[in-house]
Formats: sequence, structure tokens, C-alpha cells
Amino acid sequence: MKNDFIIELQDVTKSFGNVNAVDGISFGVRPGEVVGLIGDNGAGKSTLIKILSGVHQPDSGQIIVRGQEAQHWNAARSRESGIETVYQDRALVPQQTITRNIFMGREIKNRFGVIKVKTQYEEANRLMREIGFTSKVFDPDSPVATLSGGERQGVAIARALYFDADLIVLDEPTTALSLIETAKVFGFVRNVRERGRSIIFIGHNIYHVYDIADRFVVLDRGKVVMTANKSEIASAEVLMQHMQEIAEMAHADAEPVGA
Amino acid sequence: MGLGAKPSGQQNAREDASELVKWMRKNRRALTSTLFLIVMLIGFTAANTEVFSQFKIYRSVMISLPSWIFLVVPLVFVVTAGEIDLSFPSVVGLSSYAFVSIVDRGGDPLLGIAAALVVGVVLGYINGILVVRIGLSALVATLGMNFFLRGFINILAQGFSIAIPEIRGTFIHSLMTGDTIQIAGNQGLPNQMLWALAFTALGVFLYNRHSFGVRVHCVGDNPESAAEMGIDVNRTRIMVFVFTGIGAALAGVFSVMINFVWWPTTGDGLLLPVLAGLFVGGTPTWGGIGTVFGGAIGTTIVAFIETGVIAAGLTGFFTQFFYGLIIILSLIFQRFNGGRVR
Ligand SMILES: Nc1ncnc2c1ncn2[C@@H]1O[C@H](COP(=O)(O)OP(=O)(O)O)[C@@H](O)[C@H]1O
Ligand SMILES: [Mg+2]
Repeated sequence: MKNDFIIELQDVTKSFGNVNAVDGISFGVRPGEVVGLIGDNGAGKSTLIKILSGVHQPDSGQIIVRGQEAQHWNAARSRESGIETVYQDRALVPQQTITRNIFMGREIKNRFGVIKVKTQYEEANRLMREIGFTSKVFDPDSPVATLSGGERQGVAIARALYFDADLIVLDEPTTALSLIETAKVFGFVRNVRERGRSIIFIGHNIYHVYDIADRFVVLDRGKVVMTANKSEIASAEVLMQHMQEIAEMAHADAEPVGA
Repeated sequence: MGLGAKPSGQQNAREDASELVKWMRKNRRALTSTLFLIVMLIGFTAANTEVFSQFKIYRSVMISLPSWIFLVVPLVFVVTAGEIDLSFPSVVGLSSYAFVSIVDRGGDPLLGIAAALVVGVVLGYINGILVVRIGLSALVATLGMNFFLRGFINILAQGFSIAIPEIRGTFIHSLMTGDTIQIAGNQGLPNQMLWALAFTALGVFLYNRHSFGVRVHCVGDNPESAAEMGIDVNRTRIMVFVFTGIGAALAGVFSVMINFVWWPTTGDGLLLPVLAGLFVGGTPTWGGIGTVFGGAIGTTIVAFIETGVIAAGLTGFFTQFFYGLIIILSLIFQRFNGGRVR
């Protein structure tokens, strides 16, 4: 297949102490596709996307961005090259205002570093309306600590949407959300895909992931154990079946030899 | 809003009111310390109207207060970033030693100031490296630096102080510490107070409107989040230590200019009043939020305590007692502004 990846990881590894969180993974995302990244808790999904987004430096392996090997890849660079990530922990600073959270790390400022406070406020206001924040209780100047879990997730997603990224990474974005809020998140994802952007979607709900993704990548203990296009998988149930087989294999591996 | 057809006079009034409320809520920590300062001054005035209705007493406070302000402003950044710097008394001492040495040898005072700033920046950077790169606890590392640098000063100075009476009458000296604005009789407003006010204004601006200050807030609030959003957390942390070095150098230069003498102990007495002023001013200990203006007000409160206690007719024996009392009272007031939100 032609190498037309937006970003590609080649044989990356990352360990924490003696935990090989990512153990030799090659993985890439093409323009306009939605990749569903699935696997059990601790499989290495979050670590993998943190390497991609520059938060973690890989212990070995290459990161290739639009065909060029990235040097000194870090979180600021990944954002500059059009990758926005909604982290599992949401990456918010709760004592700061909504506006400050949205523009954290990428403030609207002049060349002396002076922040255009009014522009940021207005943009944040517009964005909050767009994603359906209608509460009169808070405005862009309210601290994020005053928001509910779903609203905080909304801020994290709004931030990713604001910068019109080519690739948006969503790490378990619907955990702890209500049904309506979850539906809203899926609305965002479809919207982003319709605009021809790419998405990596990490979810614990196989049905959700099946619904939304064009391609599935399954991780287990730091390795890619399965990749499949949607056309190869008849239904969510089939995907579920595969996941169960993988889990059983993992279980068998862990059994003492000769049992 | 939204219903544009409504005659909107009343609605505007309500919006204005809520703007005021919002502003007060946003600045409640600084407002609390300002209110506290006013109440304290009223109390002192009631105790000794004669003294506190004259400019003289305010002027005496304004002589040394500026040095404290040059320290407290960057320290607000340090504490907001989730760090602490206890080395500043010795950084004041060593940077002003660089200044005084140059002036004493007949060097240009401007060159002396530049040298002091270089010393401040380098020492701040070393603090930053110790804490951020080597990973020492800021509390312990900067306390160690404070002792180490003071020891170094003592070795350099061998117990001798250095007087620079020749600085009197130079342009730079009058510019920095003269009395350009005359207030009452032949009593002027000390220029160092104006410089300190300008420095405070610059600090307020950097803290709230510049990406440096905003990133300091984010780093102190949640360093993992800040890093995930691409903020260079380590660099931001090192920069707050460097900023404190700059503030300490300025404090040292002003202090020597005012006294015409550098002592091996210069800066020594600053640790407690400046830190007390910082927290009294409304910056909490946990990081992520704070107030530069409040810090300046807080040091003013502390500066007035000693003067006020004496002027109110109590003996010097009461000074420490009131020091502690007023600090604890004001912290209790700040407590009403709430604890840490997550
Ligand atoms: N910062 C870290 N420090 C130490 N161990 C970590 C860290 N991040 C992840 N791990 C470990 O790496 C493994 C993979 O974690 P993670 O990537 O978060 O998995 P997932 O997102 O698939 O649930 C787990 O065993 C986890 O405990
Ligand atoms: Mg995870």
C-alpha cells in the first residue's frame, strides 16, 4: 500500500520500569479515516497515542510525519503539525478559566507574547455556543472547576476542534458521560470525518467503536494483535468475538506451562 | 441578551452590576488584602491620629518597602508555578555585592547594575537547574543555596562592608532613589517607590496578559495537563527562578543605593517579611493561582506593622507579637476566599 500516512509510527517501543507499555508497534493514520483503537485496560493505547502526540518520547523506533522522519518530536510540535488530542485525563487546568483552558499552549498572542484577551474570550464564547453550552451559570471566564464532568469533556473536545486539526485523537472521550453527552461526542466525530479530517478513536465500548471507525487496530500487552478494515468485519458481534479470542489467548499465555 | 427589541436601560444596569460582581469575584484575593490594609491603617490612625495624618510616616515606610516589592512580584510567579524560592536573601546580597564592587572601584553605576542583573539571572538559573533538571525539592535546594551563597559572600567580604558615598548626586542615583515629586514641606515621594509601582504594574501585566504568566498558571495548576498541551513545563519553571533572580538583583541595587553601604548581611532580614507579605497578599500555597497586586499590598501591610506598632505608642517588645497576630488574622480572612478547587 502507498505510504500516504499523515503520521506513522515504525516499530516504536516504550517501557515504564519493567512494564513494556508499547512493545514494537507500527501504526499509521491516513487522511480522512477513522481508526478505532481497542484493547483491554493496560494494553498500551494511551501510551501509544501519547507517543504519537509527543507527550512521551519513544525508547526506540521512528515517528514519520507526512513522509518525513520527525526530529525532536514533542507535544508542541505535534500540535503545530495539525494533531490535536483529547487525552483520557482531559488535560485541563481546573483553577483556570474555560478560555485559558481552550487556548492553553496555543494562545492567541502577538509577536511579543501579549495575549489577545478579547479575541480569545470571544472565540471561546462562540465555541461554547457551537458545542451547545447554553448554561447561564458559566461563561468563558468561569473556572473549569465549576463544570460537570460532561462539560469538562466538552471543553477538551472543543479545544481539539478549535484548531481545525488534520488528525484528532480521542482517548476514551465518552467515559463518564451521559447518553445525551455521548451522542453529542459522536456527532462531533461524524462532523470531523465529513470535513475530511482523520480520527483515532479509543473506546471501551466495542459497539461504539464499530459504529464509528473505518478500520480497527487491536492492542494487547503493548503489541498490535489485529488490524482489520470494516469491510472485513461483518458486525460488532464479530468484532466482539475476535476480542474475546484475543483475551482467551492472552489468558492461555499466562497459564503455567503443561497445565 | 438576544431579545434585541427590549428597551435595554435596565438590563444594562443589571449587566453592569454583574460585571462588577464578576470583577470582584475574580480579584477577591487582592481585594481582601487591600481591605485588610485599609482597616489596619484606620486602626493605626485611630490609635495615633497625630502621626498617621502626616506624610512623614508613610514616607518612612516607602524607603524600604520598594526592595520588598521587587522580591514579592516574581515570588508570586514562583509560588503560582508550584515552586518556592528561599534563596533570594543571599541572591540580594551577592548581586548587590557585584554592583557595589564595581561602583567602589570607580566603575559606571550602570555597569554595576548590569553586573548585578547578570549575577541574579545566573543564580536564578542555577536554582532552576537544581530544582527542575536535577529534581531537588525547591524548598530544600533553595534553602541550601541561601546558606551556601551567604557563606560565599562572607568568604568574599571577610566581614568588611563597602560604602559608596560617591554615588550620591550621580544622575542614576537621583533617577532611582531621589525625591522627584515633592509632597509636603521638603518631603518627597521616594523615586524607588515609583519604580516599585512600575515593576508591580509590569508584573500584573505579565502575570495576567502575557503568555509567560498564563503558562506559569497552567504549570502550577496541573503540570501534566500543561505538558500534554505542549507547554514546556521545565522551561517555564526555570524561568520563574530566573525572574526571581532579576527581582533580587533589583532589590539589592536599590537597597545599597538607599543606604550608600553594602554589608555582608545585606538581604538577610528579607526572608520572613517578604514571604509573609506574599501569603498575606492572597497568593495561596498550593499553586495555579495568585495575585501580584495582592503581593505588593501584602508586603505593604507587613511594612506598616512595625512602624504602626511603634507609632501607636507601644514599645518595640510588641512588634513581633503584632507581626504574628496580623499575619494570622489576614490569612484567616484569605481563607474565606476558598480552598483549592479541582
Ligand atoms: N506514566 C506511566 N508510568 C508508569 N507506568 C505507566 C505510565 N503510563 C502507563 N503505564 C503503564 O503502561 C501500561 C499501559 O498503560 P496505558 O497505555 O495507559 O493502557 P491503556 O490506555 O490501554 O489502558 C500499563 O501497565 C500502565 O500501568
Ligand atoms: Mg488509556
